[in-house]
Amino acid sequence: MSLLAVEGLTKHFTARGGVVRAVDGLDFTVRAGQTLGLVGESGCGKTTTGRMLVRLLEPTGGRIVFEDRDITHLGRRAMRPLRQDLQIIFQDPYATLNPRHTVGRIVAMPLTVNGTRPPGGVKKRVQELLELVGLNPEHYNRYPHEFSGGQRQRVGIARALALRPKLIVADEPVSALDVSIQAQVINLLRQLQRDLGLAFVFIAHDLAVVRHFCQRVAVMYLGRIVEIGERDEIYERPRHPYTRALLSAIPDVAKLGQSEGRIRLTGDVPTPMNPPSGCRFRTRCWKAQDICATEEPPLTAGVACHFPEPEGAP
Amino acid sequence: MSLSPEVLEPVPVADAAPAPKGVVGRSPGQLAWMRLRRDRTAMISGCTLLFLMLVALAAPLIEVLYGVGPHDEFKHLLTRRGSIPLGYAGGVSADHWFGIEPGTGRDIFIRMVYGLRTSIFIALASAIVTAGLGVTAGILAGYLGGWVDTVISWITDFALALPFLIFALAVMRPVELRFYGPREEVPTWFRVAVLIAIFAAFGWTSTARLVRGQVISLREREFIEAARASGAGLGHILFRQLLPNLWAPILVSFSLAVPAYVTGEAALSFLGIGIVDPTPDFGAMIFRSIAYLQTDPAYVFFPGITIFALVLAFNLFGDALRDALDPKSSR
Repeated sequence: MSLLAVEGLTKHFTARGGVVRAVDGLDFTVRAGQTLGLVGESGCGKTTTGRMLVRLLEPTGGRIVFEDRDITHLGRRAMRPLRQDLQIIFQDPYATLNPRHTVGRIVAMPLTVNGTRPPGGVKKRVQELLELVGLNPEHYNRYPHEFSGGQRQRVGIARALALRPKLIVADEPVSALDVSIQAQVINLLRQLQRDLGLAFVFIAHDLAVVRHFCQRVAVMYLGRIVEIGERDEIYERPRHPYTRALLSAIPDVAKLGQSEGRIRLTGDVPTPMNPPSGCRFRTRCWKAQDICATEEPPLTAGVACHFPEPEGAP
Repeated sequence: MSLSPEVLEPVPVADAAPAPKGVVGRSPGQLAWMRLRRDRTAMISGCTLLFLMLVALAAPLIEVLYGVGPHDEFKHLLTRRGSIPLGYAGGVSADHWFGIEPGTGRDIFIRMVYGLRTSIFIALASAIVTAGLGVTAGILAGYLGGWVDTVISWITDFALALPFLIFALAVMRPVELRFYGPREEVPTWFRVAVLIAIFAAFGWTSTARLVRGQVISLREREFIEAARASGAGLGHILFRQLLPNLWAPILVSFSLAVPAYVTGEAALSFLGIGIVDPTPDFGAMIFRSIAYLQTDPAYVFFPGITIFALVLAFNLFGDALRDALDPKSSR
């Protein structure tokens, strides 16, 4: 049974001059305790998807099913018990904490707004959480400006954990941090995931981070999933041309100076206001044929391409 | 920005340095207070304000100690013919520190003490009502957006386009006539209430604009989204998350609004539509003193200097407050 199932999830924004199809029909599932990585270039709809999963944005279409309950259009009151199971970690450690609240108050906020009274009191629970994320519980009364970026991100993680969620949407949780701090935060998330049995939807553009953290990976392009599968499948045997291009762009010290094997995509990402007909990737794809312009390839066997690499090929 | 798995392997260590027990952080408010304490202008103007406010509050006590009331008349100290105070500088003496009023023979010092009371009360009350209305309207317009924002912004623009003085002149008398007959005495409290209402009706718009802009920039911040994702209601987001971040601009606009209302009230009273004689008031006093400008120049001097000091102190304090709350702002 899947913890979270998404079917045909769509989000269109009306903007000046037309409709932006930020997310255009996503299907995926996340099992309890599993980590799904959502990767893609900027503007491909990753963040919008994450925001919809925790219902910060109202989906235009499709369904979000959480523990066999359709939560797509639940009101705030009906959503409340589910909020405890679904939390989010944000990207910017400087905007994620209210500068006028103490760290203790920030971490206690989810408990306060839901009227939760943990055994032993709110303060004790908050200090436990701070300890859990590797912060000094004595820093309870400190303000965010006294912390470094990595420490702030830990506070944000503690806040997300306060209600003991089952699934956490992590929206690029480490991309604003220094590389050395990234490793610490990723390791912390991984440890929490193992210890608490959390499921993650991990949004990132850094393929190396995703490879390290996620069991399954979904690659997005222009509001759609082009390839989804087990981590090793995706990284070792990518089948969609876009995935191959993305993976070939990961710098590899061993092959420094060599340009062979690197796939260079030409052109820019088309605007989501007016996506190409048929396959959205066809304008930059070296394999594109006539059928790609007329027929949109369905996501079958984990890949949405008319001419995928054969399964099992390196 | 990319990581190889090897780098990631070590088990996480706390990146928080061990801190002494019971450590308490300094809030942004405390930091601002420390900066304010170090600012000499702020301290001098703040003390001046504190002193003037204490004088205004303690007016009845001062009256007892001073031994003269605001309505006591000392006609025997005036010249018979021109009703000009005897002695130097408008009759300054040990009994009448700032002299006495020409014409009526009332003591200027005690009238100023009471006038200070009227001025500061009206200005503070107007500023508080203004801030309350403005913050509520601004925070709602900024956070809710949509048609609420459109309506509130439209009203704001409309109110900003109305000329204040002409509106006040046109409204004051009809409002009085609506409640009191043409020959009836209009009680002072009613005039004060109408003044505050007029100030509030015009003043809230600028605060509302300021707050709206701030809220719009804060609305999309992730800590607001975090609160929403935790199931926080509108009240929690507006008053627990947003409002603490708005205190700085609210305080600054409040402290700059008060002196504007002091002068505004004095101006209306000077024009005869605010507080009128015999109620002690700076505007009314300066209005009376104009007639004696040549014969008794000391009369205009004392209330003029005091209102100048009051307004200057408020403005300097407001500026210092802004610098203290926002140290990054360029001067």
